[in-house]
Amino acid sequence: MSGDFANLLADLKEDEVIKLTKQRLDSGEDPMKILEDSRKGMELVGKRFADGEYFLPELVFSGELLKQVTEIVKPHITETTSDAKRRGKVVLGTVAGDIHDIGLNIVDFMLDVNGFQVYNLGVDVPAARFVAKVKETGAPIVGLSGFLTPAFDAMKETVEALDKAGLRGKVKIMIGGGQMDDEVRKYARADAYGKDAMAAVTLAKKWTGAS
Amino acid sequence: MEKPWADMPREERREDRFRRWLNPDVKFDSPGAEKAYKQRVTRFVKAIKLEEADRVPVMLPVQFYPAVYAGGNLKTVMYDYAKLKEAWLKFLYEFDMDSFNAPALVFPGPVIDMIDYKLQKWPGHGLADDAPSYQYVESENMPPGEYDALIRDPADYLLRYFLPRSVGAFAGFRKLGPMTPFVGIPVWYIAQYGDPEIRSATQALLDAAEECHRWMAVVGEVAERALAAGYPTIWGGMCGAPYDLIGDMLRGTRGVMMDMFQRPDKLLEAMERLVPIVVNEAVGSANASGCPIIFIPLHKGTGGFMSQRQFEKFYWPTLKKVMMGLVDEGLVPLPYAEGNYGERLEVVKDMPRTSVIWFFEQMDMARAKRVVGGRTCIAGNVPASILCTGSPQEVREHCRWLIETCAPGGGYILSGAVHVDKGSPDNLRAMMEAAREYGVY
Repeated sequence: MSGDFANLLADLKEDEVIKLTKQRLDSGEDPMKILEDSRKGMELVGKRFADGEYFLPELVFSGELLKQVTEIVKPHITETTSDAKRRGKVVLGTVAGDIHDIGLNIVDFMLDVNGFQVYNLGVDVPAARFVAKVKETGAPIVGLSGFLTPAFDAMKETVEALDKAGLRGKVKIMIGGGQMDDEVRKYARADAYGKDAMAAVTLAKKWTGAS
Repeated sequence: MEKPWADMPREERREDRFRRWLNPDVKFDSPGAEKAYKQRVTRFVKAIKLEEADRVPVMLPVQFYPAVYAGGNLKTVMYDYAKLKEAWLKFLYEFDMDSFNAPALVFPGPVIDMIDYKLQKWPGHGLADDAPSYQYVESENMPPGEYDALIRDPADYLLRYFLPRSVGAFAGFRKLGPMTPFVGIPVWYIAQYGDPEIRSATQALLDAAEECHRWMAVVGEVAERALAAGYPTIWGGMCGAPYDLIGDMLRGTRGVMMDMFQRPDKLLEAMERLVPIVVNEAVGSANASGCPIIFIPLHKGTGGFMSQRQFEKFYWPTLKKVMMGLVDEGLVPLPYAEGNYGERLEVVKDMPRTSVIWFFEQMDMARAKRVVGGRTCIAGNVPASILCTGSPQEVREHCRWLIETCAPGGGYILSGAVHVDKGSPDNLRAMMEAAREYGVY
């Protein structure tokens, strides 16, 4: 049954997933098991995305399904549970002056389903906030997203700010999005450019020794 | 006697529009300017027809760049029309180029302030004063339950639902009743405008219109000076893919993606409904501008944003209908494929021969030349990273490669992958030099 649930979610069968969620709760099943199956389903979605079978619309829709399931299950959860053991921490954000978040959220999604603890700072993030978040979390990886050409300079300034704060030696920095490429990586003095969310996962795994 | 427009096949309509583009209603500065103007238009027309012109034409990747080049920024020229004119004229008279676009997309700051426009941020309004461009603020302006209202009457929907939500000053229009076929002597329709909120929205509209005219006078003057100096525009009008219009303006990226799963039929029906409206608008702008090229920026059908199957079901059919509608009117669609259209090439090549200009952002141009270049003119794609951070020599080398790859046999326009907002003017000059040096047929 649990395998079915994960597959139904991964196949984006909205009605069946919701029905089965309610059935499982009604039959007195541990709500945490439903959430665990949902996570497995989302892992499958991530895998299909990485394999080129799924695209952004499927990520968005599966996220919506997960939200619906979580909302149904939440009132039934009594104990607080800690997150499953995570691979490593990543601070993510779209750099200052840029408010695009589609690519950012795909990277967030893929890192998350691959077991990373993601701190997504959102869009138009000043360099100082990246610095503060890295200090606070001790994350060894920073991902800078940007879509527009002004992001070239904002990325450079963010890397410089991490450097000034004495953190440059402690973090690996990846960049990606819209007009970014390896030329921009050199310009910004980041460690790597990733062309898509799978590249971000590969880099993060490599840098945390988890590959 | 001239043949009536309605009786002309699309090829004749296009020739008629090309003739009009070639012979604008303007007094040229000099015989030399007139000659250069005709050479420039001919260069583009031949590229569209897959013929070899004297050399490869260039679309310089500039949009707001003249503001920075003149020592200001986007904010200065949005709010000071005199500076706007000065900056664009400076660029016009100091640069070598094949086409020039008047600042019709430098929206007038006072107008969008007055109306409290909510779908963009702009310099000094949500963005830093020196921000080099606008940024779109996406939101769900149409809940899914309103598809039927949109489908029933898009114009009515836009006036009474969309505008009140996206423009603060027009909030009162939500109180308007529908414009019905039974309007007769329109006293009841008129009476609504006595409502204080509708009245204040209407007054805001009139005030904004007055301010708009101050701005348009400047844009119009710059456009005319450019023609007189011998520089054609290549943007005769603009329109969008129906999927993007619904995704950008109404449902948001997330909403429209959910609709593909949850209400695909409504989405498809709404997009069909928009096709003739989109075509009609573009025909109107082309008639006014005299240039038959219609720029169509494409956002949400790019590789990664949807699967090939979704592209073929949701994105391409109505985009193709829009483009065919333009082609039938004698216009030339210039779709700008944002992102990666590599996988889409085999689908989008399905248009009549020489009917469009496909403008690519990220693309293996050698493959584009192979797959669509034999049927249709292609344009692209010096990367922004080279234009913004590279040297003029690197720009020239990249242009040289593009020209050698795409130009043989005609049908290529050299251009940037995206617009450059700031950076060295020498890199823009390097593009023109490359076309003159390597692009001669």
